[in-house]
Amino acid sequence: MITINPPVAFKDVQIEMAHGAGGKASRRLVEGLIVPNVFPPGACEPLNDAAYLSVGGVRLAMTTDSFVVRPLRFPGGSIGELAVNGTVNDLAVAGATPLALVCSLIVEAGTPTEVLHAEMQAIGGAARRAGVIIVGGDTKVVEHGKADGLYITTTGIGHVDARASLSAASVRPGDRILVTGQIGDHGITVLLARGDIDLFADLRSDTRSVQPFAAALIDAVGGDLRWMRDPTRGGLATSLNELARDTGLGIVMEEEAVPVRDEVRGACELLGLDPLHIANEGQLVAVVAPDVADLALKTLRAVPGGEAAAIIGRVEVAPPRTVLSVAAYGGTRVVDMLVGDPLPRIC
Amino acid sequence: MVAILVNVMKYVDEFRNPRLIRQASDEIRRLADPARHYRIMEVCGGHTHAIYRFALADLLPQNIELVHGPGCPVCVLPMGRIDEGLSLVEDHHAILTTFGDVMRVPGRHGSPLERKARGADIRMVYSPLDALKLARQEPDRHVVFFAIGFETTAPSTALTLRRARELDLTNFSVFSNHVTIVPAIRAILDSPDMRLDAFIGPGHVSTVIGGRPYAFIARDYRKPVVISGFEPLDLLQSIVMILRQLRDGRSEVENQYNRVVPWEGNLPALRVLADVFELRPYFEWRGLGFISQSALKLRGEYARWDAEARFAMPGVRVTDPKAAQCGEVLKGVLKPHECKLFGTECTPERPVGALMVSSEGACAAYFSYVHRRGQSLAQLT
Repeated sequence: MITINPPVAFKDVQIEMAHGAGGKASRRLVEGLIVPNVFPPGACEPLNDAAYLSVGGVRLAMTTDSFVVRPLRFPGGSIGELAVNGTVNDLAVAGATPLALVCSLIVEAGTPTEVLHAEMQAIGGAARRAGVIIVGGDTKVVEHGKADGLYITTTGIGHVDARASLSAASVRPGDRILVTGQIGDHGITVLLARGDIDLFADLRSDTRSVQPFAAALIDAVGGDLRWMRDPTRGGLATSLNELARDTGLGIVMEEEAVPVRDEVRGACELLGLDPLHIANEGQLVAVVAPDVADLALKTLRAVPGGEAAAIIGRVEVAPPRTVLSVAAYGGTRVVDMLVGDPLPRIC
Repeated sequence: MVAILVNVMKYVDEFRNPRLIRQASDEIRRLADPARHYRIMEVCGGHTHAIYRFALADLLPQNIELVHGPGCPVCVLPMGRIDEGLSLVEDHHAILTTFGDVMRVPGRHGSPLERKARGADIRMVYSPLDALKLARQEPDRHVVFFAIGFETTAPSTALTLRRARELDLTNFSVFSNHVTIVPAIRAILDSPDMRLDAFIGPGHVSTVIGGRPYAFIARDYRKPVVISGFEPLDLLQSIVMILRQLRDGRSEVENQYNRVVPWEGNLPALRVLADVFELRPYFEWRGLGFISQSALKLRGEYARWDAEARFAMPGVRVTDPKAAQCGEVLKGVLKPHECKLFGTECTPERPVGALMVSSEGACAAYFSYVHRRGQSLAQLT
């Protein structure tokens, strides 16, 4: 069953940048134009980070992702690491142990060999760290002036853990929501690395495999783990809005409970952005049953790199299909999905 | 703008302190006369955004109504000005540069962002100096900076023009859409359907113009004005100060934001403004109509860098879509959700008017933070 509700028609006359930004416009493109044309009728699954397949009685997860980041290298990572971790993470949040990836490169003519060499090393290193093997790939070269140096697409399969039964349908009112660490580091790091804004901060991308977190949660709480996502483009706000939409329930966050570094909050403050809309590349957001929330938190914090994990909110009956953020002083605001690309405001 | 980010939040968190915010909220409840209804206009779009973002209405008694003012630069810009800016790209092969806020504002044939996706050379900049830098990097192209904003951003445009003149740069010009806030406030005060009790004065604009220009509001119209900062505590303290004035029967200009706003304003910035710009006889504001002496044009000495003087610009007037009630919302006569198009034909994804685009626009702020909360909120809090 496809969880498209209500069905949408794609009426935009051309594709805009916003259609690729991971927010509402992306969702409309996927649900209104891509799914109805390419998915075989009646053979669809909910729109998740990965698809589930059964092959000879073995349950597999499969996913693909393309990487078009500019600049190619930034503090804390590069396009090569993102390409491995991004696909590994989509498998991990589907409850799967990543097994193998294939990797396709689109290279711009004129790209220095040393740049490509560095990215191949980055891919190799990230794959080793994530415990996944690269089993194939493809290479195309396009004219100078196209492809921004290098685009990478990775496709991966993983083995689904039988103890995991992850779906929006299993989420219940009262369930708790956790994140593995500070949000917004990746998006702000890349924005600043472009050098368009004269802001400097001691920040690094959070790109990493979240598979250790996912595996630890499945080990610790098993079937009480209801749902997971890696909040990449569109940020935590977009992931939680998808959760609200797919469950029909309300998500209530505590504003102060969401871990955000001061540098990220400061940059967002100055640029008029919301950390909840900023991309992450090494975080996981999970929903667990209320009884195991403390155990889940302890589990995440025990994983190296999970020290800042936090319980950030809970699932409620009302208001339906809505994400709310409650501040310590009592103000409550709606947290919507990102609309378009985040653009800094004037003053 | 060059800033190191580590310490930014220190200066912000003090003004989001839950205990102090609750105290201010309690003080407002004590001061507000239950037999009275208060209509207070926040002039500045930055305040509108903060009021919704921090859900300050939750902290105010029912009889205090905040009315959103015209202080959102892209919201008050008539659609024709966007079309004229875009015509420079198509008719004169110029590179158009502007701030992020302008990118999504709809023109008759699409927003700058949509035109850019179709191949028009439009670039987002963070400062007018970046536009000037681009002109130096691309000496074979003409670079136009689409300048917009109140007195907050006008000094940086003025300094950029001075620099262009020093460099004798020939491939750079400015399309000025700078406006001034005081004539707009006067227009609102003179508007017959406007019943306001007081004003929350602009914060950023006042860092440049100071507190003196608002004196006529207190003196001639007998309305309190309190210049305010942008954090929750700032705004609540300003409302406390307004309620005290109203209780005592005073009408004065007070400065809650004195950690940033000097009473005299920023004199060097005012000097450079006066050196580069002069007042236009009149300028059209969306929703408010033509207001005399309410906008800035380049002085004759800067004509070589004035896009309006260099290029044939027809001065297109484009009327807003009939059903859209942007004007009424801008004047504070209608609340955003009372507009016929709100949330149906006009959404942040497919905006009909600029109020739904800018983060400082009342409609976008209302749509993002309030709409959909509905009745269910009462059960939660």
